[in-house]
Amino acid sequence: MKLELRGITKRFGSLVANDHIDLTVEPGEIHCLLGENGAGKSTLMNVLYGLYEPSEGEIVVDGTPRKFRTAGDAIDAGIGMVHQHFMLVPVFTVAENVMLGHEETRSLGWLDRRRARKKVLDLVDEYGLKVDPDMLVEDLPVGLQQRVEILKALVRDAKVLILDEPTAVLTPQETEELFRVMRALRASGHSIVFITHKLKEVKAVADRITVIRRGKVVGTADPASSEKELASLMVGRPVKLVVDKDRAQPGEVRLAIEDLTVLDGNGQAVVDRVDLRLREGEILGIAGVDGNGQSELTQAILGLRAPAAGKISLDGQDLAGRSPRQILNSGVGFVPEDRQHDGIVGDFTVAENLVLDMVTQAPFGRRGSINPGAVRDNARQRVEEFDIRTQTIESPAGTLSGGNQQKVVVARELSRPLRLFIASQPTRGVDVGAMEFIHKRIVAERDVGTPVIIVSTELDEVVALADRIAVMYRGRIVDIVPPTTSRGDLGLLMAGVIPSRDPAEPAPAAEPDATGTEPAAPTATNESDATPGEEDPA
Amino acid sequence: MTEDNKSTPGEPSKAKPAPTKTTEPAGASASTPAKPSLGRAMLDAIITGNSAVVTFLAIVLALVVGGVLMILADQDVLDEYKYFFAAPGEALSSSWTLVSDAYTAMFKGSIVNPDSFSEGSIEDIFRPISETITQATPLIFGGLAVSIAFRTGLFNIGAQGQIIAGAVFASWIGFVVDLPPVIHLVFVILAGVIGGGLYAGIAGFLKARYGAHEVIVTIMLNHIAVLMLGWLLTTDTFRRGGQAQPIGKDAHENAVLPNLFGDNLRIHFGIILALLAAGIYWWLLNRSTLGFELRAVGSNPDAARTAGMSVARAQILAMVIAGAMAGLAGVSQVMSSTNPAHTLTPSIDAGIGFDAITVALLGRTKPLGTVLAALLFGALRAGGSVMQASANVSVDIVIVIQAVIVLFVAAPPLVRSIFRLRGARKGAEGGPLAAKETVGVQS
Repeated sequence: MKLELRGITKRFGSLVANDHIDLTVEPGEIHCLLGENGAGKSTLMNVLYGLYEPSEGEIVVDGTPRKFRTAGDAIDAGIGMVHQHFMLVPVFTVAENVMLGHEETRSLGWLDRRRARKKVLDLVDEYGLKVDPDMLVEDLPVGLQQRVEILKALVRDAKVLILDEPTAVLTPQETEELFRVMRALRASGHSIVFITHKLKEVKAVADRITVIRRGKVVGTADPASSEKELASLMVGRPVKLVVDKDRAQPGEVRLAIEDLTVLDGNGQAVVDRVDLRLREGEILGIAGVDGNGQSELTQAILGLRAPAAGKISLDGQDLAGRSPRQILNSGVGFVPEDRQHDGIVGDFTVAENLVLDMVTQAPFGRRGSINPGAVRDNARQRVEEFDIRTQTIESPAGTLSGGNQQKVVVARELSRPLRLFIASQPTRGVDVGAMEFIHKRIVAERDVGTPVIIVSTELDEVVALADRIAVMYRGRIVDIVPPTTSRGDLGLLMAGVIPSRDPAEPAPAAEPDATGTEPAAPTATNESDATPGEEDPA
Repeated sequence: MTEDNKSTPGEPSKAKPAPTKTTEPAGASASTPAKPSLGRAMLDAIITGNSAVVTFLAIVLALVVGGVLMILADQDVLDEYKYFFAAPGEALSSSWTLVSDAYTAMFKGSIVNPDSFSEGSIEDIFRPISETITQATPLIFGGLAVSIAFRTGLFNIGAQGQIIAGAVFASWIGFVVDLPPVIHLVFVILAGVIGGGLYAGIAGFLKARYGAHEVIVTIMLNHIAVLMLGWLLTTDTFRRGGQAQPIGKDAHENAVLPNLFGDNLRIHFGIILALLAAGIYWWLLNRSTLGFELRAVGSNPDAARTAGMSVARAQILAMVIAGAMAGLAGVSQVMSSTNPAHTLTPSIDAGIGFDAITVALLGRTKPLGTVLAALLFGALRAGGSVMQASANVSVDIVIVIQAVIVLFVAAPPLVRSIFRLRGARKGAEGGPLAAKETVGVQS
């Protein structure tokens, strides 16, 4: 099926989200739509999927102009969409979710579960989308849930599949798997519109690339183009893809975590006897596949989770028993990993979100009363400084694009003097332009002496930012390694395997200044963790 | 309009077309500031179908439905429809007479009776509006009690119980001690506030500490309060001496909310308190750090917790403040002109606890909105009794009208599609969707 968008324009009031966009998707190609956050990619796809009516322009399917008034029309025309946020019923099985909306029935309206199951299994076989049709969706990892979404589209005979930022929620392995599936679909004649802002992925999988900037098509590119070219095309100016930073100048130990254990609701240790030392002026990257205790570790430091054992001290003061507010107010900046869930209040204005955790403090709050002028001034300043793209500072934060929401959170947390800065997935869902900026700010924070912890599942990010990398696996710090460690070794560590190496140098650069001015004590704990003998055999 | 929580504190002029949610509720549509021209602005408002317009249209629709019900309930008029094709004019005209008489009576009972200008005293002119305000007073308190909890993400169904608790405390202080003027009233008001606050605090505490769902808990607390009140009125402490009936003791004179304009008009000091309470609620929501936290907890508890706020504290405080507001309704029920003997009775709450929920909903949990919604319901209550007396239409129609208003307000797309306003097709409530569309959902 050949799909053409001709001169699609979508206006929201005075804002032009899509400006005369032309796009042709040939049968059997993976067509990549590359653009910054807020460039208008999702709007365009929502037009294509019948969720928005275009202000101008037409959609042509196999030479016939079509009008999609609802998503149903688009589905009938053979278009399927996998949204960034999945539309699944968690308590239904895979098969039930796939058949939802056009259930197979026998006489008297009995659900024909067997046939549904078979249909799912057929598709699974056809495209190698391995997933058990009888599993409950809520028990599936994110990558498999996404597959269910793809199955849903396929079972409705989608010939063109729109994937909206499909890799934002996936681990590197899951991303690889997704690419494999995408190639299999292409081989069977499906077309895929792949929306992303990640350059590596584009190069890995796309046949053709269309770049959108500020609602306009600014060019098409070949997947063979360099990342640099793609990035500058997308952002509209030359972009640095490497983080510019000087060697760390680590000072005193500021944050000390000793023997920290955190239990989950079932009494399982999600953070397991972790020891960490963090020095002034260094960035510690915490790498690991999602769900290996990184979030719980940061939550414990913030006081959001009570540790079962162990001690956390900041500048020599024990944090035990302090409320999250006390810890935040004492100068800890925290960017939570899931901004929509934990970082912003969507109904609140941008200005309100920019003071969310500071509202009781001067100059924003005094004796229980808010100073609206100070809140507004702060907002104007931050919006300007961090280039937050919002209509006004009074717009609800929920209406901003993901990357701009992230900028709101980062701007808020970096807008006061800090004693410790913790950022989980600081650039998740953020485009290269904004990523460059956020990285620069994080390094700047380090350079003024703030100890920084970066938790990220993106190896690129950890490697680019960190002065030391602690790899977490099943709640334990497997090892602490320098950022020069090879990807292969990091990958192995993330899977809990200690790569074989010369026993003479267990972790020489783990603490860059271990040989320097520091007392010897802190290094010992890290190294003991690193020895294979200590590794949990399970 | 200033109560719009979307505006950061301190932006009272809100005429810009920012895609914020609802601004004003009922009746306020006419006051939309005339930026281009009043007519143009009103037309725009009607076309885009914002919440204020929808609320207004919901009220119009409800009155229409009420009229139809009046016709259906009147046997004489219905009989005329049997000869509809022979004499259609007759059926239609008597229908019109019936409905217009009823609504005229309602108007006369709630706003102003034109006859009083020629033959009545000055009090007669103001009596209907005084009645409306008097009826609205406890509804304002109750509406605020529901609203504030709602903003914190709690559904406070327990206004009834909280009103009773406030009334019991206030009544007790009213008869058990005899204090000088003003001081006694202050103590009575405080007693009501404390009684309601403590009672609602139970639900807040159970929610915050044990996660007990506040809807269930407050409903159960309502039953407990009603039955407890019944029992209290059998005890010697509360029951009026020498009577078998469950009637409480009379309050001392100094404990009573004074009438504002003499004995002939029932409007009393409670309305001043109510407006004050609405003002406090506005300040709390828009200008206080506590209100900021309450709204944050109500809107996204996870983000609030991550930002260092205590969700439990916010929930308990919200319920206590809500209960305090409801307690004031209790004070008003016992100590005002609507209760001439100023005694406790088994039905002291008079259904206000539940009307309060609809008032809050209609007022979209905004301070001004809640006051206006309470005034509307007060007018329906005041006008309803006059309508029953003079137009011979059952006062129950009023309840139907109230219910239909809420029904339509709760389903904005329905109203929009009836009036063919734009946006009806997209479904969902005007605010969030409209807001989303303006910026576009991009990532």
